[in-house]
Amino acid sequence: MQGAFAEHIRALEACGARTRVVRTAEDLEGLDGIVLPGGESTTMTMLMERVGLYGPLRSAIGAGLPTLATCAGMIVLARELSDGMPAQQGMGLLDVAVRRNGYGRQVDSFEADLDIEGLAGKSFPGVFIRSPLVESTGDVKIIATHEGRAVAVRQGRIVALCFHPELTKDLRLHREFVRMAAAAAS
Amino acid sequence: MAEGNGSKNGDRALKGSFKVKAGLAQMLKGGVIMDVVTAEHAKIAQDSGACAVMALERVPADIRKEGGVARMSDPTLIRSIMEAVTIPVMAKCRIGHFVEAQVLEALGVDYIDESEVLTPADEEFHIDKHPFKVPFVCGCRDLGEALRRISEGAAMIRTKGEAGTGNVVEAVRHARAVNAGIRKLQGMNKAELVHEAKLIGAPVELLEECQRLGRLPVVNFAAGGIATPADAALMMQLGVDGVFVGSGIFKSEDPLKRAKAIVAATTYFDKPEVLAEVSAGLGKAMHGLEIPAIPKDELLAARGW
Repeated sequence: MQGAFAEHIRALEACGARTRVVRTAEDLEGLDGIVLPGGESTTMTMLMERVGLYGPLRSAIGAGLPTLATCAGMIVLARELSDGMPAQQGMGLLDVAVRRNGYGRQVDSFEADLDIEGLAGKSFPGVFIRSPLVESTGDVKIIATHEGRAVAVRQGRIVALCFHPELTKDLRLHREFVRMAAAAAS
Repeated sequence: MAEGNGSKNGDRALKGSFKVKAGLAQMLKGGVIMDVVTAEHAKIAQDSGACAVMALERVPADIRKEGGVARMSDPTLIRSIMEAVTIPVMAKCRIGHFVEAQVLEALGVDYIDESEVLTPADEEFHIDKHPFKVPFVCGCRDLGEALRRISEGAAMIRTKGEAGTGNVVEAVRHARAVNAGIRKLQGMNKAELVHEAKLIGAPVELLEECQRLGRLPVVNFAAGGIATPADAALMMQLGVDGVFVGSGIFKSEDPLKRAKAIVAATTYFDKPEVLAEVSAGLGKAMHGLEIPAIPKDELLAARGW
């Protein structure tokens, strides 16, 4: 719809996946997994509602479609949302409460190394851009933290990140996601 | 597992790197950035689906009409717009006016546009943008100009077009010139790249990067004269990553409706049936200006080099 989709496509294809840009409900047909990219959550939610994609997408993810959500994608899925636009709501599919731009404005955007559960080898380069802040979590598994706050969580087949792996050369998280989607499809 | 060592991570946090500066522009892609002059406008822009707003005192069409020196906007206005919306807020400073840029950074705006729409403050140097934590977007008319701005630290580029005219012809010219400049690099060997770098006045390392990527190394938006959904889609089909709309929205008859239509057209730029639907019944577009009717010394795109 809007945001850093091209970078996700590049990363997923480098992991051997075939990709498709989803802009209408018909585009959801036959997917093994979906990425909700970073961007402006208000813009994405409005566009999805306008073209009738919001409902079908919510149903598909709710029914177990493997999903990788980064930054704005996490906001779109969240159970509870603060500092959003008036009346802006999450899909309620991810049991976290997030504050939009919770780390501050662009001058506060940062990079930090993260240790992520399940990833072998060195720490992961976390790129945080006007990132949401996870204020509390419910029934999710926290797989990485920064300054004591969750920055990566997993719930069923949803993996949600506050940071942007697609802006780095590190493909480990995308590779894990492709593996999860392939396993779910078979 | 990271639990418990968050503070250790925190010690290593790095702010204002080029990656996070250019990264915000990546998040804006496929979106529309709208010029707004009041908090009320900013809310309309956000409600229409804008991915960011540009806070300024006068839209380019009014700057053009009223003349005089155009400067950075009053911080009170910029603050009121930052408080009114949750999407990123950009603001303009004059070309070369690094103190206006320092002021905007202190205000906490999310992006600075070093813009030819305002009256240049330095006729020789653009701002050295590397030391700033806040990212910059700059205008260009061709590849050389784009790469000079990137070498000065711009984290995002836009075509200059001819702001405040509602006439897309200059934006098209500039987008095509950038594309042609990049296509020309394909297949060049090192010696030819060095020669080309000299001709267009840009660092050879950046030419090499463009050659390798087949595009600019940072996000590139279209700006200057976009007034209709079809204009936005035209620029997207010419390969830009998103669009700025200045006077085109709030100088039209029904700003909210037009803004929504331009947002949809930017996402569905390659679906003419969607464009047909959103283009219908928008009311009057801004009146617009023919470029040859503008005296040469009033052309904004000629500012900067």
